[in-house]
Amino acid sequence: MKYLMFVCTDLEPDTDKENEPGIDEWVAEHDASGRRLQGMVLAPKSTATTVRVRNGQLLVSDGPFAETKEVIVGFDLLECADLDEAIEVARAHPMARGGRLEIRPLAEFEQ
Amino acid sequence: MADAEPVETATPGGLAAAAARQVAAVAAAESYPRIVAALIRVTGDWILAEDCAQEALLLAVQRWPADGVPVNPAGWLMKVARNRAIDLLRRASVERAKLRELAVLALAEPDPAAAGPATGIVTEEVVDDRLRLVFTCCHPALSLEARVALTLRTICGVPTADIARALLVTESTMTRRLTRAKAKIEQAGIPYRVPRGPALAERLPGVLAVLYVLFTQGYNADGEPAFADEAIRLARLLERLMPGQAEVSALLALFLLQHSRRDARRDSTGRLLTLDKQDRSRWDHAAIADGIAILARIQPDLRDGPYALQARIAACHATAASPADTDWPEIARCYDELVRTQPTPVIELNRAVAHGYAHGPAAGLALLTRARIGGALDDYPHAIAAEADLTARTGDRGRAAELFRQAAAVARTEPERRALLDRAAEEGAEQPS
Repeated sequence: MKYLMFVCTDLEPDTDKENEPGIDEWVAEHDASGRRLQGMVLAPKSTATTVRVRNGQLLVSDGPFAETKEVIVGFDLLECADLDEAIEVARAHPMARGGRLEIRPLAEFEQ
Repeated sequence: MADAEPVETATPGGLAAAAARQVAAVAAAESYPRIVAALIRVTGDWILAEDCAQEALLLAVQRWPADGVPVNPAGWLMKVARNRAIDLLRRASVERAKLRELAVLALAEPDPAAAGPATGIVTEEVVDDRLRLVFTCCHPALSLEARVALTLRTICGVPTADIARALLVTESTMTRRLTRAKAKIEQAGIPYRVPRGPALAERLPGVLAVLYVLFTQGYNADGEPAFADEAIRLARLLERLMPGQAEVSALLALFLLQHSRRDARRDSTGRLLTLDKQDRSRWDHAAIADGIAILARIQPDLRDGPYALQARIAACHATAASPADTDWPEIARCYDELVRTQPTPVIELNRAVAHGYAHGPAAGLALLTRARIGGALDDYPHAIAAEADLTARTGDRGRAAELFRQAAAVARTEPERRALLDRAAEEGAEQPS
């Protein structure tokens, strides 16, 4: 199954920095195992632009649509057998401690 | 129904219809989770599995009273459900592999000749299926309320309408909750598997928490009593399937010890009675013996988990011949340990009460003051009642009566309010005027 993993900040990160895994090791390990298909880091929230069309009118505004303190800072596309495997991949990511991760399956459509 | 198997009668001439209905009901309760679990494993389709199991049970209730009870009721039910599943899947032209696997399910059925009189042999594979189902229904990626509902529906076979009534939501809300939970299991890829190794230790507490909620739902003053029985049945199943898991055994022991008091908790007018006022001859002493024996089987150095500590506390109460014989120092020690891992205000409150009995009211009042820091116990009737009780034992009955009245004013249920007013009257009456 394919899961998109959103990497987010969190207001209450874990303060224990001991044994924190490194991001380079995480990427290398999960690229090698084939569980990480791709991933990107996003530019800061201040660079975001929201686009909407209402009644045929284009509405462009500054910033993310919802004004929240926690923001998405990156994403990874995972290929895992099931949710438990995806949870294991996520728990090893440094941002599982420094922020939080949201894993969502890609919708599957029948032919 | 074309896909029903011929009925073999257990006794020539058949049983009385009422007896047959009862056998059907018992076989249903035992077979339901096995059938659902086996069908989910093979087909991966929760709704299909539940529908087919339900249809098999319905057919049994219709046919057995007239035709007689089959020699192997569990096998009969499994066969009917499986055939129904094959039938439905064939119509939906599902791949051959699944149908072949379903057909094999029949061969793995218990052999009626070798089986006991009522139930079949439990094969390893079938046992594993039910355990898998428990872990899937209790997966932490589902909300606790969804886990509770799913467990009741899928493992215990409780009708959706009954679950809704007991959990105080409308039937349509409950139907939606169950549908959403099943959809998440499928779409998010929640596996149908018992976790292994360190993952098992991480996930087991989540499973036990669901059972605990179920039990409490059944045990509460206004709860659904049948849920407590379901929780005990499930805990027994887990204990049998996961021998050596100390907290599973401890939870079962805790349930049995608490449930042993069910008939003594109210007086003839329905008032709730505190432990010290209960008629101990009305406690279920077989259940107590059972609970104590299970607790004793747990390895001594593993009796410090949260459920083991609670079970040890329940055991101190259950084995005391009278309130005065209660081993309060041991209860106080258990609460000291519980507070270390679960420093919740309610546990701190209970610890204060235990120390009050073990080491005198002053010790209790001091711990109560500490438990109240943070304000979580403000207006909590049990906290005020505990202070009242400790105060009464210091000799200040006037103040105690006043506190009991205060507690009654914030009581959440009518029986509780009346019990607290009774205590206020007791303390007030003995006041020197």
